[in-house]
Amino acid sequence: MTQENRIKGGQIDRTKTLRFTFDGHPYTGHPGDTLASALLANGVRLMGRSFKYHRPRGPLSAGSEEPNAIVELRTGARQEPNTRATVAELFDGLEANSQNRFPSLKFDLMGINDRLSPFFAAGFYYKTFMWPAAFWEKIYEPIIRRAAGLGSLTREEDPDQYDKGFLHCDILIIGAGPAGLMATLTAARAGARVILADEDFRMGGRLNAETLTVGNHSGADWAEDTVRTLAQMPNVRLMPRTTVLGAMDHGIYSAVERVSDHLPIPAPGKPRQILWRIYSAHAILAAGATERPIAFENNDRPGILLAGSLRTYANRYAVAVGDRVAVFTNNDDGLRTATDLQAKGIDIAAVIDTRQEGDLLPGIRHLKGAQVIDTKGKLGLKSITIRHANGRSETLSVNALGVSGGWNPNLNIASHHRGRPVWNDAIHAFTPPTGGPKNLTAAGAAAGALSTHAALQTGAAQANAALEALGLKTHTPDLPKAEDAPLNLTPFWYVGEGKGRAWIDQQNDVTVKDVKLAKQENFTSVEHLKRYTTLGMATDQGKTGNILGLAIMAELTGRSIPQTGTTIYRPPYTPVAMGALAGRSRGPEFKPTRLTPSHKWAAEQGAIFVEVGMWLRAQWFPKAGETTWRQSVDREVLQTRASVGICDVTTLGKIDIQGCDAGAFLDRVYANTFSTLPIGKVRYGLMLREDGIVMDDGTTARMGENEWVMTTTTANAVPVFRHLEYVRQCLYPDMDVQLISTTEAWAQFSVAGPNARKLLQKVVDQDISDAAFPYMACGNITVCGGLRARLFRISFSGELAYEIAVPTRYGDALIREMMKAGEEFGAVAYGTESLGVMRVEKGHVAGNELNGQTTALNMGLGKMVSKKKDSIGMVLSQREGLNADDGLRLVGVKPVDPSKPLTAGSHFLDIGAAPVAANDGGWLTSVVYSPHLKSSIALGYLKNGTARIGQKMRAVNLLAKTEVEVEIVSPHFFDPEGDRLRG
Amino acid sequence: MIINHPLLGPRDAQEFTYLGDAALIDRPDGMAFPDATAAQDAFHDYLYLRDNPAGEHRELWFHEQGDRSWLVVTRNTVTHEITKVEFARDVARSRGRSK
Amino acid sequence: MADHRLHPITPLGHDTPHSVTIGPVTITEVTDTALASLAARLGEGKAVADIADTAGIPLPGSGHAAQGATFAAFWLSPDMWMVEAPFATHEDIVAILKPHFGETASLTEQTDAWARFDVTAPDLPAMFERLCNFDLRAHGPGAATRTVIEHLGCYVVIRAPGHLSVLGPRSSAASLFHALETAARSAF
Repeated sequence: MTQENRIKGGQIDRTKTLRFTFDGHPYTGHPGDTLASALLANGVRLMGRSFKYHRPRGPLSAGSEEPNAIVELRTGARQEPNTRATVAELFDGLEANSQNRFPSLKFDLMGINDRLSPFFAAGFYYKTFMWPAAFWEKIYEPIIRRAAGLGSLTREEDPDQYDKGFLHCDILIIGAGPAGLMATLTAARAGARVILADEDFRMGGRLNAETLTVGNHSGADWAEDTVRTLAQMPNVRLMPRTTVLGAMDHGIYSAVERVSDHLPIPAPGKPRQILWRIYSAHAILAAGATERPIAFENNDRPGILLAGSLRTYANRYAVAVGDRVAVFTNNDDGLRTATDLQAKGIDIAAVIDTRQEGDLLPGIRHLKGAQVIDTKGKLGLKSITIRHANGRSETLSVNALGVSGGWNPNLNIASHHRGRPVWNDAIHAFTPPTGGPKNLTAAGAAAGALSTHAALQTGAAQANAALEALGLKTHTPDLPKAEDAPLNLTPFWYVGEGKGRAWIDQQNDVTVKDVKLAKQENFTSVEHLKRYTTLGMATDQGKTGNILGLAIMAELTGRSIPQTGTTIYRPPYTPVAMGALAGRSRGPEFKPTRLTPSHKWAAEQGAIFVEVGMWLRAQWFPKAGETTWRQSVDREVLQTRASVGICDVTTLGKIDIQGCDAGAFLDRVYANTFSTLPIGKVRYGLMLREDGIVMDDGTTARMGENEWVMTTTTANAVPVFRHLEYVRQCLYPDMDVQLISTTEAWAQFSVAGPNARKLLQKVVDQDISDAAFPYMACGNITVCGGLRARLFRISFSGELAYEIAVPTRYGDALIREMMKAGEEFGAVAYGTESLGVMRVEKGHVAGNELNGQTTALNMGLGKMVSKKKDSIGMVLSQREGLNADDGLRLVGVKPVDPSKPLTAGSHFLDIGAAPVAANDGGWLTSVVYSPHLKSSIALGYLKNGTARIGQKMRAVNLLAKTEVEVEIVSPHFFDPEGDRLRG
Repeated sequence: MIINHPLLGPRDAQEFTYLGDAALIDRPDGMAFPDATAAQDAFHDYLYLRDNPAGEHRELWFHEQGDRSWLVVTRNTVTHEITKVEFARDVARSRGRSK
Repeated sequence: MADHRLHPITPLGHDTPHSVTIGPVTITEVTDTALASLAARLGEGKAVADIADTAGIPLPGSGHAAQGATFAAFWLSPDMWMVEAPFATHEDIVAILKPHFGETASLTEQTDAWARFDVTAPDLPAMFERLCNFDLRAHGPGAATRTVIEHLGCYVVIRAPGHLSVLGPRSSAASLFHALETAARSAF
């Protein structure tokens, strides 16, 4: 098909032809086209079906406010639904499809909804699908969704990359029309750092759409020259294809830059879009204004556009939407469409002007006091019926109609902090609120200054105001001469005549009747009107329809428009892809990955890894012939207890604590006493929250008079550090204590088992005999011929055990060295599973027991809380409620039948007690299989548990549907006297 | 939001961790009470009774992804306007805290 | 240092520092610098400043880094700095500094707590505006700050025009390196 509706002029590059398809049909366009302009050039007006009634629709606008021309772009993994054809930049090879139609756009079976419209009025869903309630989820909702949905999602992973970034400026200018360009020029010449962001791919705003002049140039040429000047200035960043989405606090704005949306696929390594966080000292909203329609019967046919958009298609895109055109207006701006189109040689059938007063346009049939009362043309406009001032009706054969009900300033961003828009009687529209985001001002049409001259003038003035606030030199530029015509608008919102439907919100199919129904049912507040009718709740957020709807409500209720007010404006300004919000944080890059120092070695051993927070830790180390994880873990545990095993424990938090008051500081943060700990010794410490609940536990070593090393659990390393800084800075500001994390600085390994000492002695340069290095000793040592290292004789497994630490870069070499040294003992590496088995066998608490609900007393460690000194949580840990005799106590659990597995999370119930909350005795926290006891074993919290040791109960898990008879035992299953660890 | 750090200047609130009412600085001395009940009453009030004003509020923020200073930020909870930022350590000292 | 028999690996797990060039950007692992935190004990700020001056250790103000003949340093927090020295001669950096400062300061080895990547490019801001909120266009050589890069708390130290160092948690070296590479490809 040729571009039959293409006319002369415009800002398209005719030297290049772009091929594209729509619903499978091939078409051509040019660089500079949008999908909508190219389709219109090819005579395609029908671009979609409406959401509810499946009415045939074409574009209403030529911009981001578009409610109707919503299409799917691309295919395969890049298929993108609900995209506005009016802003989709055309590229060669674009495949676009209409949506919400079956089987085809021209013949849509769901169009039956349109015939059934009396049943689908506002509130229909609320009233109809109320009963029976159980039907909603399974029956009603799926049916409605299938019928009503918009585009469809590809089920494939998005292959493109989305970036996030941060920009800084003195002045952010939102919108590159005459006001924004003039503001940028003024601010940039004063030396300010300026960002100019515009959602369009071509800067200039309305200047590109008009035939108006600025100075001695056409508006479009002036814009192009100005953009070229600004591009040369190092303090200016021009950001076309960038939509400012919202105003956050303190001068922060979010914006999405569509870097590659205009390309078939992004260049290698380049993002599709970037979500920017813009830090600004000042911002100027120069986002222009959006034309609003007038509601009349059947005003939604393809070919009926906003008058200014008809002009945009003709002037900017060189497209005549129709060859015989009428204009319906209540203001002078609408007249421009008639004169512009006529100048392009397009036949103007009539200008239907609702106003009685004013001059008549020369050479055009200009009908004063007239209205459009109906239209015809199922898939595209064929004729309109008008009512003359004298009451006579007439039908005009036209294939395009431009409608202008006035212009609404695009004040959204100025209202993102809930400031209420202010009604302006001169232009009969809302303007930005006075109490908007701090340091944001509006200029040009966004501020209600609708003429070109006013835009240039307010742009310069607001830039100067911002410069002055920044302490920069201001200067008032010579403004180029431009038109300064008033709008001369006489309010006219909808045509009262006719029984058919007059559309307000074309995307959500809201009509004048729906507003009347809302009023009738007393949903008169704008917020109720919105929810009841869905006015403004579609993807366009009512950019064209909202004000019209609330003006009609105002008229129906006899209130003024400002009394009626607007709904709250919220970000984002236009729809934003989820991918842009996610940025690079998806899949394996959702969060960083932390690798242990022995990771490379463990991977070589074929270790299975598990995520522990951000860490990847070896979970177990399968050996040849082992087919289940249990075989590996049983072997690791048995061999460690029989000889020696090695485990990377680097992930535990390590905090270096120094200073003259470090001991006193530790007495404050730990429930037990540390200041008495001798140099060269380690002590287990219990840390409470101020409310008496256990926060964390770990060992702290005294390496010198004023030098301590604290360990935390892996999960709590960061919160504990934050807590220590809080105690140091906020509570005891004069304690001499210095803190720094050393978690990453040292590679630390646990070496456990009867042969641990023998193995380590082959690595450590000093004597570590029991006499020289007894249980709970610590010290600085050297290994492997002189490398500085640290040794701690501590045990989580219950075995003779040490933790040895070297600077992280040597961790890989150390584990290789130790495994070699351990060959003669049959040393094994063990992972987190075996670590867990051995600690449960010993009755040591870990994350499952330190769950933020439990006290030292619950854990059987109540005596550790010293009352001889003040410590965080000491006082409140003594509360009556936390000290009941029948409170939870840590116990061990064994199945009566050793072959029965236990399930973590099971609840304790007495034999014969019904499984109801009232009979709940507590729960199993950690379950492992003990290869020594040849049975599943568990730790758990049981009410009055210590007194119940020896009794039989049931462990019931209603979710897993398990029930096992169990015996309550001491939590110390293995070597309860601790002979082994002192060996 | 932007928090104007006393040493580092304007910093994005994303770098901070929020704790809450700066009254937490006024922690009672657990050993300073005649009996356990008096101590528990005082700590109950300290830990659980907080003002929740719609308006100016002094609150503790930790510059976790910065210099690890605890700050007392005076912020209007309605407008988010921040009128004062102080080092918590200085505030603690000014309120008589020491060791 | 004593010549022990353990061979170090780099944060990325290599025997020698890794380097990659992407367009105008070169990203290089740096392992030849020893690090120690230096925190003045309470009330010892003046003493620490004097000792540091004598020892040739610069102690820059907040938000800054400074380079001396042997030692360099950047600011961490009030009364606290990160001291840098050549690894070859100062591997046990705390043992070397301790005699100078005695009980006036707390010293902690930090060498292997960090993975350092040096990045060179004519237009570093264009790359780093996609990584962190540090305004590189407003800062020049000698600026240093803590900032967040892809959820990782990092230090950025501007060494010279077109040359900066990123120090991130060593365990996340691979994630950080990947983020730097991705941003370099994205920006240039």
